[in-house]
Amino acid sequence: MGEPVLHIEHITKKYEDHTVLNDVNLTVHQGEVIVIIGPSGCGKSTLLRCINALEPIQGGEIRLEDKKIEAGSKELAAIRQKIGMVFQSYELFPHLTVLDNILLAPMKVQKRSREEVKKEALTLLDRVGLKDRADSYPRQLSGGQKQRVAIVRALCMHPEILLFDEVTAALDPEMVREVLDVMLDLASQGRTMLIVTHEMSFAKAVADRVIFLDGGKIAEEATPKEFFEHPKTERAKQFLNMFTFEDAKTQNTENE
Amino acid sequence: MSLDFGLNWDVIAQYIPLYQKAAILTVKLGVLGVLFAVLIGLVCALVQYYKIPVLKQITAVYIELSRNTPLLVQLFFIYYGLPKIGLKISASVCGVVGLAFLGGSYMAEAFRSGLEAVEPIQTESAYSLGMNRAQTFRYVILPQAMSVSVPAFVANVIFLLKETSVFSAVSLMDLMFTAKDLIGLYYKTTEALFLLVVFYLIILLPVSILGSIVERRIRRAGFGD
Repeated sequence: MGEPVLHIEHITKKYEDHTVLNDVNLTVHQGEVIVIIGPSGCGKSTLLRCINALEPIQGGEIRLEDKKIEAGSKELAAIRQKIGMVFQSYELFPHLTVLDNILLAPMKVQKRSREEVKKEALTLLDRVGLKDRADSYPRQLSGGQKQRVAIVRALCMHPEILLFDEVTAALDPEMVREVLDVMLDLASQGRTMLIVTHEMSFAKAVADRVIFLDGGKIAEEATPKEFFEHPKTERAKQFLNMFTFEDAKTQNTENE
Repeated sequence: MSLDFGLNWDVIAQYIPLYQKAAILTVKLGVLGVLFAVLIGLVCALVQYYKIPVLKQITAVYIELSRNTPLLVQLFFIYYGLPKIGLKISASVCGVVGLAFLGGSYMAEAFRSGLEAVEPIQTESAYSLGMNRAQTFRYVILPQAMSVSVPAFVANVIFLLKETSVFSAVSLMDLMFTAKDLIGLYYKTTEALFLLVVFYLIILLPVSILGSIVERRIRRAGFGD
């Protein structure tokens, strides 16, 4: 396992009286792929948003390497460059072409030259099968294509860690695969990734570690094999049962 | 039926130079007023959008005050009221100030609706790419907000230029004043009113046409049609 990159220590997140995250601890290592799963409302997306300081936290500390991440700090924009985030709803900029969406932040924020970033962008677009769409506008793309562009856009900032917030949840089933394949590819390149997802078979395939979040707390933390085959907590068993209709059916036919 | 449409064309020819002069004044004051209105509107919209404390309440009061009183009343207040507290200003300045005071709130609402039409998560998306507030505003929010605001903005410009017809009330020799003056002097009512319509059209039609061209352009730029 690589060096620790991201430290989440005892964080608490509240919306007024409602506690969303309650004393969450997590250390993410270089090259590690962590999948966060759990019932809706358990705080998975909030946890990702806190890492990026899109949500302020009420207690605890989050650090990227030795830099503290907190809303309102002067270094925040610099730290955020190292944390790539991909949203469920893609959030491409509708007034810019695919290429300009990708070039905007590297050119304006990192002051890199257009030629240099363009070359990189086109290589990455090629890799996700979208080189010929560089001059399209987001509204001309399918959901799966938009999401692949969003991933390339995040990659071009050379982030140290990538956050994926239910990136396939808004996609039609036939487009889920193309996005997940890109993510599997990234994982095999040794990228550090934090993934919130409901795709259980994908989680099994991609994760080094699975975090099961329930009621704002980490209820279980295990390798995917352990978690999916022998979940320890009752909550996790119940949760996993929701996804096993098909297994139940195949088992029944086998028994006949 | 004669071909003169019941109008005395000699009189019209005589009147035209007077209307030209008045039109220039109308356009000059109107354009100045609109420019200041845009500035006020931008500042107010930004204050409201970023919810800047205290200033937000002040602009809210201003917007209600400005939108819920007629321009005529505002002009009277400025022209006759302000000298009572020692602020004496010329009729031209009064016209510009009045128009800017009225237009500021309308422009603020146009810009604000544009800014609010941009989903907050677009801002988060820009932040997550490491952009700061100013970069996010300039490259992400403003271009999208503009394309939403443009129709309301164009409508406001036309509305404000038309409102200059109230300037005659503070004895500014604009188009309306000239028409009323000539009617009073020579009773050539039809000719005077005919020219009034023609001159307002000459001023406003190009604005309207230009506006719809810009609208189409910016929409294309905004959403990639």
